[in-house]
Amino acid sequence: MATIVENPSLTGGSPGAEPVVDNYLTFTRGWKSWAFTLDHKRIGVMYLCATLGAFFVGGVMALLLRSELFFPGKQFLSPDMYNHMFTLHGAVMTFLFIIPGIPAAQGNFVLPIMLGAKDVAFPRMNLGSFYLWVFGAIYLVAAIIFGGLDTGWTFYTPYSTTTNTSVILATTGVFILGFSSIFTGLNFIVTIHTMRPPGMTWFRMPLFLWATYATAIIQVLATPVLGITLLLLIAERAVGIGIFQPELGGDPVLFQHFFWFYSHPAVYIMILPAMGVISELISTFSRKHIFGYRFVAYSSIAIALLGFLVWGHHMFTSGQSAVSATMFSFLTFSVSIPSAIKVFNWLATMYKGSISFATPMVYALSFIFLFSIGGLTGLFLGALSVDIHLHDTYFVVAHFHYVMMGGTLIAFLGGLTYWWPKMTGRMYDEFSSQMAAIGVFIGFNLTFFPQFVMGARGMPRRYADYLPEYEFYHQLSTIGAFVLGVALVAAVGILVRSLWTGPKAPANPWGSATLEWQCSSPPPHDNFATTPEVGDPYAVESVKWSDSERGYVKNPSYVPSKDH
Amino acid sequence: MWLSKFAVSFVPAQLTSSYWLPEPNSTFAPEVDGLFMFIFWLSVFFFVLIVGLGTYFALKYRRVGTTEVVAPSASHNTALEATWSLIPTALIFVIFGWGFVGVVDMRTPPENAYEVQVNAKKWAWNFTYPGGLPDSDLHLPVDQPTILTMTSDDVIHSLFIPAFRAKMDVVPGRYNKLWFHPTKTGENVLFCTEYCGREHSGMNRKVFVYEAGGVEKKLAEIQETIDKMDPAELGKITFEKSGCIQCHSIDGSKKVGPSFLGLFGTTHDITTGEKITVDENYIRESILEPMAKIAAGYNPQMPSYKGQLREKQIEGLIAYIKSLKNSSSK
Repeated sequence: MATIVENPSLTGGSPGAEPVVDNYLTFTRGWKSWAFTLDHKRIGVMYLCATLGAFFVGGVMALLLRSELFFPGKQFLSPDMYNHMFTLHGAVMTFLFIIPGIPAAQGNFVLPIMLGAKDVAFPRMNLGSFYLWVFGAIYLVAAIIFGGLDTGWTFYTPYSTTTNTSVILATTGVFILGFSSIFTGLNFIVTIHTMRPPGMTWFRMPLFLWATYATAIIQVLATPVLGITLLLLIAERAVGIGIFQPELGGDPVLFQHFFWFYSHPAVYIMILPAMGVISELISTFSRKHIFGYRFVAYSSIAIALLGFLVWGHHMFTSGQSAVSATMFSFLTFSVSIPSAIKVFNWLATMYKGSISFATPMVYALSFIFLFSIGGLTGLFLGALSVDIHLHDTYFVVAHFHYVMMGGTLIAFLGGLTYWWPKMTGRMYDEFSSQMAAIGVFIGFNLTFFPQFVMGARGMPRRYADYLPEYEFYHQLSTIGAFVLGVALVAAVGILVRSLWTGPKAPANPWGSATLEWQCSSPPPHDNFATTPEVGDPYAVESVKWSDSERGYVKNPSYVPSKDH
Repeated sequence: MWLSKFAVSFVPAQLTSSYWLPEPNSTFAPEVDGLFMFIFWLSVFFFVLIVGLGTYFALKYRRVGTTEVVAPSASHNTALEATWSLIPTALIFVIFGWGFVGVVDMRTPPENAYEVQVNAKKWAWNFTYPGGLPDSDLHLPVDQPTILTMTSDDVIHSLFIPAFRAKMDVVPGRYNKLWFHPTKTGENVLFCTEYCGREHSGMNRKVFVYEAGGVEKKLAEIQETIDKMDPAELGKITFEKSGCIQCHSIDGSKKVGPSFLGLFGTTHDITTGEKITVDENYIRESILEPMAKIAAGYNPQMPSYKGQLREKQIEGLIAYIKSLKNSSSK
């Protein structure tokens, strides 16, 4: 990269005050040094800004939808506009935010450092993945401009093959985004297999790595199926190949099978990294070794594998045979066990710990609360006869928001506030950040809990208008959405403000034993001068608080035990 | 008896099935509601356990200052971990089995059921009764199973009657069957629950359940009304109930299809470049073979109503469209 002005002697910090430290943010300067960077940390930061931008757009759409639903009847969105809006809310949130959110933004930043490595295995592919994301996003935006999209993010046929909105543009965008996801997954698999430092056996890996590894397997195996499905959809629309279109001898339900064969595992692409983050947070902020390491690690793999076998539970009312519905219901329940195991292990980790309520832990506790509701309401939907009643109602909407938003988004915020000092070198204001986290929690529950009630009472989803009997629940939900929106803006605003006003972050502010906390904050360009020593990632007693550093430092009296 | 009522009055309404679920008006309802409430209580138990333990640990072991005294404790315990894996496993077997038994029942229609043919299209329902009479509402006998044989003319729809706990997708190119056994006379709501476009949320109709003989009486009444009614008035009702209203306005505004206001007698371009005059024959052809001549500037989207409207209703629609004169032009 001749275009980059290499200047390794450049320093961070304010001039003259501090000793010169190498820092990835100031290592090279100029926009090209970012646009063409191969540094996983910078790519991670770019992904972070991009996905947060997408989240903001998706969130504004959600608020418009909720405002429209405050009263029955039409307020300010025509039914067509409403349909476009909920479709794009779903597509933007799913493909542009939740899927890349934790793995591509936080995973990219943290994963190589956790491995004590300089970078991922294929840095160019990593940058390529980011630009594919950008191109995919441009296609989705183009779809909005050229005719919009009203199919729902699920693109069900034959609606999607007959509507006159920009289905081809949007599916091309999603197709490209799929490759972005595959590139990230492939990179992570190879990096974890080949670049672990000496001494880091599989069972000495931080659980966040186990989770991203399991996620990467799904990304690489399932996403191509989505790609093929979307190509078939495009071919059906463009030339009428007759695979989904009933007049041409096709089967519209076949599309649902193909689509959910990717999109159900994709749910685990979203939640597994979140679980990985929570495992790190609970252990660190309880100052305790994670409880039942092996069970937690195996449960990630179990979820990834079983997740491939449950897609049919989205189709219990589609007319699929009773036998296959039964199999899918049974397999669906089997996935709930590894998730339950994780929750119990997190609780046991807290037992007899020294629990801090720093912001990341507030998010972690809020995750346990919300994910429990999300998981338990999944039992209603997995049970065949009850699902027949609840399918395609607001109960489902509430359930997946509790899992995707209450789970993944909350863990994303937990991870963001946890790694923020490492990424930026700044500490944010603790108290206001905790308050924002509590605001998110309250707003979230007010938004989505009423949706369980109206859903169970029969309110169907994707309705631009509704019967007056559901008005009360819609109003609670809309008020909650605004509380949630304000709290989220505050949560991110507090972090951004710290870039200017925050005190400098120590290398290890929280007392974690994983490798990323051994290098300075922000890390140097090469992360580590020499490959660091690898110990038990959860031996939190290996570091102790130092008043002079305002952070944790190596505990000289620590002797590694052989128990773990 | 009064004692149990007294005890029940202390249970908050939010913890009962009548709070969570709609009225139970079919034989499926007690089955589904029983399992729903079983899972509900199981969830409440686990939720209280998880959040209770979490809160208790968080408060009891909270850190004070930067001092930390962490008592050594085990980092794994195989017996404990096996316990919290196996107990949930056993419980999900129960839920699975219960849900399975319920759905076997839902998927096994009885022999002597009352049969109704269902056609869904954007954005209307059409129910055809034994004897061939179509109507846009569902009329059913109480205490007798009904079986619906359903298909769609365009995209996928889904028929959902919350009070019956019954739902099944209505898919083009195949016949899906849905049966249920209403247990109470009265009125229930029917929704479309598979997203189908602009008027998806307007695709709800009524389900009327009658005493024995009531359906026949109602259908005869409908027939008689059709026979006696002034054609334009019948046309207006057909226009509103059979789905025309979703795509055609009567105030001159353009929707999916042309407005009917002042349409009759005018001359239009069609997509082939020819000109047609809107007369009785063109309207009739457009209802039965909508793809034959498409008005220029509109998409070929209209489904055929062949076999779903009676001759009287088609005549009614023609009379109704004729009656919609443009007041400003005359």
